[in-house]
Amino acid sequence: MRKGLYSFLFGMWILMILGGGIVVTILGPIEITGYGDANWVISSIIKAITAIILVVIWILILLKMKNWIFKKQIQS
Amino acid sequence: MIDLVIPAIVSCIIAFFVVFVTIPPLIKFLEKRNMAVKDMNKKEDIMVVRPGGPSIILGIIVSEIVLYGFLQLNEILAIIITTTAAFAIGYVDDRKVMGGWFKPVTLAFAAIPIILFGVYDTDLAFPLFGEVQIPALYLGLIILMIPITGNTINSIDVLNGVASGFMVIASFSLSICLFIVQNYEIAIVSLPLGFVSLAFYKYHKIPSRIFPGDSGALTLGAMYGSIAIVGGVEIIAAVALLPAVINSFLFLSSVKKIVEHRQIKGKPVEHTEDFKLKSTVDITAPVTLVRLILTGGPLTEKQVGIVIFKLALFSGILAIITAFLMGVRI
Repeated sequence: MRKGLYSFLFGMWILMILGGGIVVTILGPIEITGYGDANWVISSIIKAITAIILVVIWILILLKMKNWIFKKQIQS
Repeated sequence: MIDLVIPAIVSCIIAFFVVFVTIPPLIKFLEKRNMAVKDMNKKEDIMVVRPGGPSIILGIIVSEIVLYGFLQLNEILAIIITTTAAFAIGYVDDRKVMGGWFKPVTLAFAAIPIILFGVYDTDLAFPLFGEVQIPALYLGLIILMIPITGNTINSIDVLNGVASGFMVIASFSLSICLFIVQNYEIAIVSLPLGFVSLAFYKYHKIPSRIFPGDSGALTLGAMYGSIAIVGGVEIIAAVALLPAVINSFLFLSSVKKIVEHRQIKGKPVEHTEDFKLKSTVDITAPVTLVRLILTGGPLTEKQVGIVIFKLALFSGILAIITAFLMGVRI
């Protein structure tokens, strides 16, 4: 089981690094023009919604990973 | 860099000795007032005093004020105020049982000094991929960060010496990372956290003579979160904290709501005849880090603590690797 915990830790770390890459690639370039002073607010809202969706996906992957690692450990 | 050596040494000595010297009289004071709880993982009826938070916050405030005298950084003031607010929130919870939402909501307010002092950078830095500018979103991150780190450290305070020992490893890892990313001033500011935790660990390690209580655990967690924000090392700090994050994640994903531990009816862990800890088969009990560790078989409280410290060392190494990767771009 302890091996499973180290695997889960390592998996979380990899997910954080990959997630960072996705955030930089997706959130970074988002820029809204044509709405005057509201540009900043609109782009912030879009970034916030995108970030929340990414976090939810991240948590779902983590849950799957947790179940996969620990079920495998319990079976062995 | 050289001119930071003396402030660093002085503040670390003060941080360590303020806690080390004030804990014995605090223990006597708490014993006189009968402010003690049963140590649930001991065969005999052993009562342990709590909270140790007052000594911890004293060590942090005194050492950081000394550092402020040398460095005159607003970051230090923001850390002191946020950490003191977290201590006050924890102390209220120590004295009066509050609802599950009390700590997360009030800790969010404790983060406000960091925003008011403007001691943050809205660029969130990731290893390998660079930075992303999220001005509005970052304010939300600050508000979330302090409740998360505070409650995460609080949730791992389940066995003798675990919270303080874990904090020693995580905070020194974070300090090393701050040196690696060449944020020397905040690295110096972060050092007292490790030394305060180390001094407290002397009395908290098995068999505990004092428990940190919510005031102690939230103080340590909130200071850790504040350093992560003002140092611009949020991702690295999260990596160093991963075992505690896993504990909170497992707990929340099994309970599926924010509740106080004392509100949970199912027991995740029970005792064998020789008073070792063992995982229960109760499906209503939350999944926790300790429960997962014990699925491999019963262990003593000390052995479980050692496993958690090894996991903390592993994530500390991952945090240091992450700090090096901050300078690499793909």
